[in-house]
Amino acid sequence: MLKPFLKIAVFTICLIPALWLGYAVYLAYTGGENLLGPDPAKMLSLETGKWAIWMLILALSITPLRYLFNKPFLWQFRRMIGLYALFYAVLHFTVFLAFLLQWQWGELSREIVERPYITVGFIAFVLLVPLGLTSTQYAQRKLGRNWKRLHRLVYLTALLAVVHVVWIVRSSIGDAVLYGVLVLVSLSYRLLVLYFPGVKAYSLGRIGRFCN
Amino acid sequence: MLIRTKKGHEIASSEITPESVYRSRRQFMADSTKALIGSMAAGSSLLISNTNAQTGDALFARAPAEINLASKPKWLVQKVAERKTDTEVGAFSTDEALTPFADVTTYNNFYEFGTGKEDPSTSAKDFIIDPWKVEITGEVGKPGSYTLEDILAPHTLEERIYRMRCVEAWSMVIPWIGFPLADLIKRFEPNSDAKFVEFLTLEDDRQMPGQRSRFATIDWPYREGLRMDEAMHPLTMLAVGLYDDILPAQNGAPLRLVVPWKYGFKSIKSIVSINFRKTMPNTTWNDLQASEYGFYANVNPAVSHPRWSQASERRLPGGLFGASRIPTQPFNGYGEEVASLYDGMDLKRYY
Repeated sequence: MLKPFLKIAVFTICLIPALWLGYAVYLAYTGGENLLGPDPAKMLSLETGKWAIWMLILALSITPLRYLFNKPFLWQFRRMIGLYALFYAVLHFTVFLAFLLQWQWGELSREIVERPYITVGFIAFVLLVPLGLTSTQYAQRKLGRNWKRLHRLVYLTALLAVVHVVWIVRSSIGDAVLYGVLVLVSLSYRLLVLYFPGVKAYSLGRIGRFCN
Repeated sequence: MLIRTKKGHEIASSEITPESVYRSRRQFMADSTKALIGSMAAGSSLLISNTNAQTGDALFARAPAEINLASKPKWLVQKVAERKTDTEVGAFSTDEALTPFADVTTYNNFYEFGTGKEDPSTSAKDFIIDPWKVEITGEVGKPGSYTLEDILAPHTLEERIYRMRCVEAWSMVIPWIGFPLADLIKRFEPNSDAKFVEFLTLEDDRQMPGQRSRFATIDWPYREGLRMDEAMHPLTMLAVGLYDDILPAQNGAPLRLVVPWKYGFKSIKSIVSINFRKTMPNTTWNDLQASEYGFYANVNPAVSHPRWSQASERRLPGGLFGASRIPTQPFNGYGEEVASLYDGMDLKRYY
């Protein structure tokens, strides 16, 4: 009824950027119209990276939103959006390796070691993999309390992703600032809950009713 | 922005001189002279009318008619149209494949109009280049405020096809139209204290939205500089046009510098001031991040940018599946002409 429909809708919406980019790559491969501009490798890299970090931000915001607006139905999206972050991160890394480095693995190791922004980006990517692998209900059961501990790595991933973006900026820091602010707000909610567990009970709806 | 919508002022592709036509026009210019002479000798008028059919007005008319300027001064368009083509000028042009006009004019770093690559071409609407004044100041015998017409009047324009290498590791091949900076400098009679030349870009936040942005990290106006010997070098040019027409706003209308052996950020756009100094001027990128952007900024594959390698570049337009990645040459391939300027200089230190 309503619930699966919503999940399918969100799933499809999150897929749209990848579908569009895939179509653009297909056109490039078959010699059709160029949708990616004169530097398609760079464009693809920026787009996939952008969506990876947005998915990460969205996934991180589910918990605060769930509690602030008292909407438990939001839980069902967290894993899906988190996996989308991994999905776009995989695409981002693949674009980098395939189109910017032309599959030169030697170049890849050199870039990872010598370029700090790539080092942190690579670490962030690598950290997402075990999170993806343990995203199943089976893994949740098997890991028990340790599952929560493992998945706290996503906080580090988000911070590293922001540093990665800041470090590649040449002039305009607007985007980097936005990502940074969103990630920090999301993380500070968790810090707040850590010190004041009662915060979870405060939904904005409640405060509204209280003020009335 | 994933979906590109056509904006009103975008140039229709039918109005752009196709490269094949552009190339063949120059071949035609060479051939037509021979044809003309040949036909006069043979007395055959048929040959003349044949060559005329592929020619002249039709080709010029297909040059972009609508570029994003408030007005195109007729005298400037005329002067650009009368330029010497590169087949006549020769020595400085490369014969590598040209970067298509559409890419040269829609993939730009001109942060005054926004930091996206497509921002300059879309947000420089109705940029005003007429009237335009250039202030000449400093260690010269003839300082003053010169109009664009005064600046250009005594110079014959010529076409030069230069490589341009951006510090971001992409590059283009662009047919500029302009004249040697040295010829301009001589007119102002610099004295022996003139060791450096400093250039400034227009600062006008009514026309340049990027200058209003709170997130831009640049302290306007954009400034650049050259050592006197670099400025006087025959390769250094001032450009007023590209391909068949005057410069569009996003390429630095109406007057810009082109220093092909240095990273592109040295080729300052929309120049309003030329100042001759005893001491090395501050330059915008060096002020922003001295560890990454030096004064000299010579293209050098051996000296990495701290955050990325400069050993190779993506020649645009790039294909995803073709190898458009090429090794970067020292001095962007102009080493034979300019390396001697830096004899004895440690280029790792003076980057």
